[in-house]
Amino acid sequence: MYPFAYTRPADTRAALAAGARGGRYIAGGTTLVDLMRETVERPGTVVDISGLPLRDIRMTGDGLRIGALASMAEVAAHPRVRSAYPLIAQALELSASAQLRNMATIGGNILQRTRCTYFRDVSAPCNKRQRGSGCAALEGYNRSHAILGTSDACVATHPSDLTVALAALDARVHLLGPDGERAVALTAFLLRPGETPDREHDLRPGELITAVEIPPHPAPLRSGYLKVRDRQSYEFALTSAAVVLHVTGGVIRDARVAAGGVGTVPWRLTAVEKRLNGERPSERLWARAAAVAADGARPLRHNAFKAELLRRTVERQLRTVGGTR
Amino acid sequence: MSDRLADEDHHDEAPGVSRRGFLSATAAGGVAAGVLPSVLAGPAGAAPAGAPGPHSSTLSVTVNGRRHQVTIDNRTSLLDLLRERLALPGTKKGCDQGACGACTVLVNGRRVNACLTLAVRCQGVEVTTIEGLAAGGELHALQQAFIEQDAFQCGYCTPGQIMSGVGCIREGHTGSREEIREWMSGNICRCGCYVKIVNAVQQAARKQGS
Repeated sequence: MYPFAYTRPADTRAALAAGARGGRYIAGGTTLVDLMRETVERPGTVVDISGLPLRDIRMTGDGLRIGALASMAEVAAHPRVRSAYPLIAQALELSASAQLRNMATIGGNILQRTRCTYFRDVSAPCNKRQRGSGCAALEGYNRSHAILGTSDACVATHPSDLTVALAALDARVHLLGPDGERAVALTAFLLRPGETPDREHDLRPGELITAVEIPPHPAPLRSGYLKVRDRQSYEFALTSAAVVLHVTGGVIRDARVAAGGVGTVPWRLTAVEKRLNGERPSERLWARAAAVAADGARPLRHNAFKAELLRRTVERQLRTVGGTR
Repeated sequence: MSDRLADEDHHDEAPGVSRRGFLSATAAGGVAAGVLPSVLAGPAGAAPAGAPGPHSSTLSVTVNGRRHQVTIDNRTSLLDLLRERLALPGTKKGCDQGACGACTVLVNGRRVNACLTLAVRCQGVEVTTIEGLAAGGELHALQQAFIEQDAFQCGYCTPGQIMSGVGCIREGHTGSREEIREWMSGNICRCGCYVKIVNAVQQAARKQGS
């Protein structure tokens, strides 16, 4: 780890000032400290924002607002989160370990960096770590890498489960910076690698995530998150599916489906949704919709299995959430 | 490697000095003399007592009910602070990257990975380690349960398992064996004692509930 200065601002204004001077914000620290130890991250100043008043979880009309500093454990245990958006609680409780969920925050979860082993190994070329240095994963061992949203520069998977659930719910990220407040759709906030995989999100210098907002959704809403992985617990996803269905009169009025473990960013499956909307739930429908889940996939040498696994993951989760009749 | 083992064996045999006692004494001396910078992440060893420089800080932290004021290199993890500065080697360093749970301690009552916790962020917090679990000469119910259930072989992961188990019981996730397994999954046991670890957590949870 490289030496760094440490500061713990007492209020948001002081934090933003420290951020504007180039300080690196630290919240839970579960990603940042790990990567600093690997010298992947080398901040000169670490700005501890854990004292800022950004922990609130509250209902806003028919929506939900989660403070960026709320821990994964707090959000997962929140009664309203569990009743209104079970897929959020499920995605969180299927992530990491109880210890890490006590530490890690919602803002940090969104900003967490890829688990690509070449990204974490400073002796390997990596365009995400150093633009233009190359990608060791393309020709290396790429079983865990992405098949959707990839580029010739980067195939790293976004590791978060939570963001898959948030993408399905059209969540918005609230930001505060030197130029004031703004809100961005999560799916626009997280950037595909393209030619610039080192640019992972639409976060301007010194900006802080202050909250995540789930907009109102029509009731009744059924939802759930399924995660498929090499071991049953404490492991990143090979594939995952977040499904949100609004069904009235026996017809699917609004379907939202997103996938994890397969994309460079949390991946909305709009083609699947299109096949679901306006239809009546049935075994045949789930199979017909899931069949297009991996359309557009670009498999690599070791991860071609993910396309079929994704189709099956989506089909199973559609059945679990939608039921059959 | 064999040389190192032989070296340690030698110290083991020193009359009246246990291996742990010897290592602790060496580490403490190293801090004072500044001869173990690699272990202590640099300037913490070089400037133990004076005013903190730009990359070090002074903080006050309560560990197992005892308050400590220390000046540390900002890079120091809570794990290294406990083991290398406060002579509390019960908390173990396994992976040092948040993947094994051997370093689990309670911070303000919640279980966390001490390896991913920067000590500098622990100003004013209360830390409980395995050394602070027993009260008045009596083992904690979970410590006793680990012994009765024979829930370990090599014992290296055990302090982390026990601290995590204490957190798990407090959080109320002991409703079934499956629930315990899921909520204890952040603690890896290479010896594979999981069945008996679950037995022990279940036993302690029942005892505390009764």
